[in-house]
Amino acid sequence: MKEIALHALDIAQNSTAAHATRLDITLTESDGTLTLALADNGVGMSPQLLAQVSDPFTTTRTTRKMGLGLPLLRLAAEQTGGTLSIESTEGVGTTVTAVFLAGHIDCPPVGDMGTTITFLLQGTPDLHLCYRHRVGQRVFVLDTDQLHDQLGPDISLAEPEVILWIRDYLQEQELLLRENEEMKA
Amino acid sequence: MKSLAELQAIRDRMRSQIDLRDAGDDRIRVVVGMATCGIAAGARPVLNTLLEEVNKRNLQNVTVSQTGCIGVCRLEPIVEVYVPGQEKVTYVKMTPDKVASIVSEHLVNGRVVEEYTIGAAE
Repeated sequence: MKEIALHALDIAQNSTAAHATRLDITLTESDGTLTLALADNGVGMSPQLLAQVSDPFTTTRTTRKMGLGLPLLRLAAEQTGGTLSIESTEGVGTTVTAVFLAGHIDCPPVGDMGTTITFLLQGTPDLHLCYRHRVGQRVFVLDTDQLHDQLGPDISLAEPEVILWIRDYLQEQELLLRENEEMKA
Repeated sequence: MKSLAELQAIRDRMRSQIDLRDAGDDRIRVVVGMATCGIAAGARPVLNTLLEEVNKRNLQNVTVSQTGCIGVCRLEPIVEVYVPGQEKVTYVKMTPDKVASIVSEHLVNGRVVEEYTIGAAE
């Protein structure tokens, strides 16, 4: 995984598998840290599963006894001197928070968050997704309710024409966050 | 700069198309493996190009979707094509470059691109 955005795409699918109807993805870049948080309202995990979930030989899959998503994210975060924490309550949901130290040489680039969010919506168009990306003082927020307000109830976010528009919109907004940051510097 | 209100125009254009679309059984399904293995191997740009091609050619009978780990992680990125009434075709070690010929040959003209299939790779 060469980008934080790719980790986000991977880990978010755990929420879908946990039957989440709402997912909040928050990426915060400030004060030398980069924090990725994914909070869902899925089925949650038992204390036993929570204790062993960063072990690569743990998975909820039934085909093979391995899952690498969270272990890879933990490794990537800890390699920069950061942390990974997981809070989970059965029946309430799960929050995964990865903190990267941005100045560390092993810190991966944020990458293409626009495409990541796009493909989450393409894969699960009915999910209520709220995405927040903060860079310094600037914030971009996209709530799928805003999209449905414009599209009406009949049109799925997964329609190719719609999803490609969303991708271009997100990429434009992501770029604006960066431009503003560079102007300040 | 784009504004969310542009979605209303897309909505109005699509409403007229959706009614014309065949409801069910003869749709082609294209599935991209998007588990940890697929993503790490480069499935995201493959899915991106696939959506662009399907939209560019306005293929109303094609559904693009995502799935988890297909089970041969070493051959990811993997794209499966389900044409109704035919055997599933599995394309392996996919790249964005391979997508265009699979869309034009297989999805449009119905000819399997043998050299990219799992049969040719194994």
